[in-house]
Amino acid sequence: MKKLIAAAIVAAASVGLATAASAGTLDNVKAKGQVVCGANPGTAGFGVPDQKGNWTGLDVDYCRAIAAAIFNDPTKVKFVPLSSKDRFTALASGEVDVLIRNSTWTMSRETTLGVIWAGINFYDGQGFMVNKKLNVKSAKELAGATICVQQGTTTELNLADFFRSNKLEYKVVTLGTSEEAVKAYDSGRCDAYTTDRSGLAADRLSMSKPDDHVILPEIISKEPLGPLVRQGDDQWLNLVKWVHFALLTAEEDGITSKNVDEKLKSDDPEIKRVLGTEGKFGESLGLSNAWVVQIVKGVGNYEEIFERNVGPNTPIQLTRASNALWSKGGLQYAPPIR
Amino acid sequence: MTTSAETHFIRSTFKEPIAPPMRTSGAIHWLRENLFSSPLNTILTLVILYFLYSIIPGIVDVLIIKAVWVAEDSKACVADVVGHPVGMCWGFVGAHWGYFVFGQYPEHLRWRPELFFALEGIGLAWLLIQRIPRKDLGMIYFFVVFPIVAFFLLSGSTTLGLEVVQTHYWGGFLVSIVIGTVGIVISVPLGIILALGRRSHMPVARSSSVVMIEFIRGVPLITVLFMANVMFPLFVPEGWRPDSLLRVLVGVALFFSAYMAETVRGGLQAIPRGQYEAAQALGLGYWQMMIKIILPQALKIVIPGIVNNFIGLLKDTTLVAIVNIFDFLKVIEASLNDPVWRTSGMPFAGYLFAAIVYFILCYGMARYSMSVERRLATDHRH
Repeated sequence: MKKLIAAAIVAAASVGLATAASAGTLDNVKAKGQVVCGANPGTAGFGVPDQKGNWTGLDVDYCRAIAAAIFNDPTKVKFVPLSSKDRFTALASGEVDVLIRNSTWTMSRETTLGVIWAGINFYDGQGFMVNKKLNVKSAKELAGATICVQQGTTTELNLADFFRSNKLEYKVVTLGTSEEAVKAYDSGRCDAYTTDRSGLAADRLSMSKPDDHVILPEIISKEPLGPLVRQGDDQWLNLVKWVHFALLTAEEDGITSKNVDEKLKSDDPEIKRVLGTEGKFGESLGLSNAWVVQIVKGVGNYEEIFERNVGPNTPIQLTRASNALWSKGGLQYAPPIR
Repeated sequence: MTTSAETHFIRSTFKEPIAPPMRTSGAIHWLRENLFSSPLNTILTLVILYFLYSIIPGIVDVLIIKAVWVAEDSKACVADVVGHPVGMCWGFVGAHWGYFVFGQYPEHLRWRPELFFALEGIGLAWLLIQRIPRKDLGMIYFFVVFPIVAFFLLSGSTTLGLEVVQTHYWGGFLVSIVIGTVGIVISVPLGIILALGRRSHMPVARSSSVVMIEFIRGVPLITVLFMANVMFPLFVPEGWRPDSLLRVLVGVALFFSAYMAETVRGGLQAIPRGQYEAAQALGLGYWQMMIKIILPQALKIVIPGIVNNFIGLLKDTTLVAIVNIFDFLKVIEASLNDPVWRTSGMPFAGYLFAAIVYFILCYGMARYSMSVERRLATDHRH
């Protein structure tokens, strides 16, 4: 009931305010001099304050990329940390211009909440963590295992689906919160622990001996995470969408924050279009034609963002997997800039 | 008759008092009286002493002796890496010190919040320490001058040549103290006015005070905060919305004013009717009567209640984390998610540090209010 009321309020508000709040978001942003970005209040690798209190993370860098595209200054961002309860309300009411906060793209959210996803910046999904001692290489070898899971989540249902469809026996230990589940697994009550892969990576660090645990390659559910905006402002939607594609295209064309100045001299027509030395692609978004140069100089390309925040050299140690470019066997695919 | 005068002996000096017997004074007496007065008490004392003996060395060991005081990242606090058992990782607090105290307030401007803390300290000392004279000026300083100066100091102003710092950069202890101070500075005067209004004979003043007090007391603080930060923006167009921290400050101040009003009203009701009549017989007007006769007595009675409100207010500042204001507790919590610092033992260090800070503040306030009560005990206690 509560959820119904909340959804009704959000829907009513988004309909009522869609015209007032979202017409010309880009103009509003330019007038304010900053992008107001709904951000994560603390998820390792995606949005978390560092030692000095500066926000860091994959989602945070996406906000900075948008600011760099508009203002040529990645610091012109106001981060509004939002809990999972109030994130969509904040977007609908115009408190934030764009929401980049590990939000899973689902049909019901997009059809009832008045929001629209601009892309998928991280393909997440449910995975398993096991102790290295078990010498398990695949989730399909987990027959008969005891598995720790948080109660009352889709995680629990996905787990049941996976084992049933693979005709494997398993025992489940359900716990109230994710912290309890992590503790139970760490203390040896279960052979494996399951939650979203990005969460697994961060939870691994909370183990008393992090290096004794591995994350198995299987992903048993779809959790596409990405930036989203209010419905009804296609110009702003396009901008956010193409900032994402620009980051991917820059990686595809080998344009990095280090070599972007050299690449400006390139004769490759594709690179010329991307970097704005040919054509007027930036202007058509309401930006300067050097928008990709600004983004890449500000935050780097997708690969650099990924490696800096969640990649193998960070404590989180995620591999690209589904988030690799399509040309390298992943799912990240950007339509051409032309 | 004359003989009696001669036989009388009149002492001209006092006799030296004899020291009390050993059994009624001194450390041994105190021990006998308080710790070993009966067999049961003796047993309890011994049990508690054994209990303390068995836990205190362990606590000291973990908190101080084996604790890691300086750390670059979580590795310095992991036993496997450093090669010997480690205690509390205070290095986590040390490394985040600036963030915990000031939030994201720009580093080159941190002299401004530092000055704010100093000015607040001066104001509090002026009002709280008995020996410092001119409490009337102190009141004006703390309730009028200081808030205005603090506002321009923290948020900045281009006309004054101070760089503007938007409130989303504020955080940590600074925000907790700002919310607590604003709550106190506004809720005391507003609470007194509401309490007087509620006891007024003027219908408009009375009914509006009653409606406001009862309405605000009828909802929990979380609801007020949620209305201020999540619902309010849905009702007003963009550009008409005050800053999110300001909305929270207004909500907190109004909320505690309502509670303060009821506390003060309790004091007003305890003043005998004769006091009002005597003041009126002297020809004092309403405000003179209140300021010179009634309120000084009424407020004295409710000091414990007022301090109780202050302590509650300070602790409730942590609730603003729900609407994503990064207060002291929330910055610690957020830092615990930083992968560079994330280990199994780190949350304990972070939360223990928060507990120690809140305990010092709240216990300090409670002790101070006890001393004030003793000082003002001029009274009608029978």
